[in-house]
Amino acid sequence: MIHAIGLFGRLYLTSIRAKMQYRAAFILLVCGTFFIGAMEALGIWALFDRFGNLGVWSLAHVAFLYGTVNIVFSSVDITARGFDTFGAGLIQTGQFDRVLVRPTYVAILVASRDVGLHQLGRLLQGLLVFAYALYALDIDWTVGKVLLYVFAVIGMYVFFFGIQIIRATMCFWTIETLELVNMFSHGGQETAQYPMSIYNESFTKFFTYVIPLACVAYFPIVAVLEVDEPLGSTMLFQYLSPLAAFVFFGCCLFFWFFGVKRYQSTGS
Amino acid sequence: MISWRGYLAVVVARFRVLLQYRAAAVAGIVTQIFWGCIKIMVLAAFFAVAVETPPMTFEAVVVYIWLGQVFLGLLPWNHDSELEELFRSGGVAYELLRPLDLYWFWFARTLAFRTAPTLLRMLPGTLFAVAILPVIGLPEWALTAPASVMHGLVFLVSFIGMVLLSCAVSILISISMFWMLEARGLVVITTGVVPVLSGMVVPLPLFPDWAQPFLQAQPFRGLCDVPFRLYSGDIPLELAGQEIAFQFAWVLVLILLGYALIAHARKRVVVQGG
Repeated sequence: MIHAIGLFGRLYLTSIRAKMQYRAAFILLVCGTFFIGAMEALGIWALFDRFGNLGVWSLAHVAFLYGTVNIVFSSVDITARGFDTFGAGLIQTGQFDRVLVRPTYVAILVASRDVGLHQLGRLLQGLLVFAYALYALDIDWTVGKVLLYVFAVIGMYVFFFGIQIIRATMCFWTIETLELVNMFSHGGQETAQYPMSIYNESFTKFFTYVIPLACVAYFPIVAVLEVDEPLGSTMLFQYLSPLAAFVFFGCCLFFWFFGVKRYQSTGS
Repeated sequence: MISWRGYLAVVVARFRVLLQYRAAAVAGIVTQIFWGCIKIMVLAAFFAVAVETPPMTFEAVVVYIWLGQVFLGLLPWNHDSELEELFRSGGVAYELLRPLDLYWFWFARTLAFRTAPTLLRMLPGTLFAVAILPVIGLPEWALTAPASVMHGLVFLVSFIGMVLLSCAVSILISISMFWMLEARGLVVITTGVVPVLSGMVVPLPLFPDWAQPFLQAQPFRGLCDVPFRLYSGDIPLELAGQEIAFQFAWVLVLILLGYALIAHARKRVVVQGG
């Protein structure tokens, strides 16, 4: 296991070095993801400027949610890139055969094959929005809240990573990467930027019980920010909800192993 | 000048290639519907708490969002990666040899690239927004018919302007590859700017009042804001002529600009690859 983690690190570093070979393109892409993120944030700001607060949620509250979601989502984009490009990079070309004969964990080889370093721009943009939220909100941090926040962030990371694994696993059947999973990855990112309470009831339930997005974003963050919660969840639920993401991740991994077993080579 | 048949053949051939990706289209449709619903729910929440009367009705916003989702593929927020590959591989040399005018050849190609996937995706998305939403108990989210027959007609004219404008912008991005092999720079800027300035992210009238004079004057407005608001009647019919003239004036300016740039680039093109 220790060997695997060491290998994982080494392979990531190699991928990073590979990206750094095209320095100008890299810098451009980083600026690009920063810029695209900033433009979306501009849209949210415009809505608050036009309409005022979203009930108890001020711009700073939403910025806290937005910052957290974007920091985590871009971190997943950076580290799970290998799963993201799995269909085109390994399945369609038949290269996955080569991965399978190597004497180590397949999932690690796939994950570290590529690194989406250009998302650093998005990460930075998320951090800036988050910093604004911290400055504007003056949250009364307690040990419990810090722990809950860390728990939620790890849970959110694991959640979005799980979705990337599902995206890759589906390629075993569909060969190409389908845009459909974007609904839960990028769609999830978009959804989680706003408080869950503004959405339609069945929609909220779906993102709590089926795809546990609200369990890592909305519910724990409501407890951290101490805002009114119209959905009627208890404090205990808010503190424990990130656990759902780990269960979800387990299911995703299981699906992955199932897919690997059923893999039939394509390519020539 | 070779007859228009040459350009038509380009459009038809590209159409056939792009229509191959059917599974991707189905996935795209579902995703678009999902996005439309999220956007509507977010805006509905804001409308519910509005203190002052917003400059647009909620019905007009719903139309704006659905048309934006349905015609997403028409907008120049991504680029034709095959064209980019031509520059990378040196294949652009063959493009220069063709007995067709390069600008209009690429225009035909871009027209197909923009319209083929969209035509395929348009119907199910529209069907969902028009017919299914009212049935499942969400009539206030549904896409309604144009405000009147006249509004529908001016929308159609404006729609043509929207497609032409989108092609003209796309080609400018492609032409930039003559100068930088890594055209991603401009692509990245357009991917960020076009959705905001066209109204895709937030309907333009909802931006602060002080920003309106600038937003009203810039060309990307012709991509969403003008046609979508003509459809919903948010722009009164008296102003329709003026707005459509605005759209087509920008189409003309951008086409002339692209034409001039291509003429300039042809003289000094360096072909990559071997």
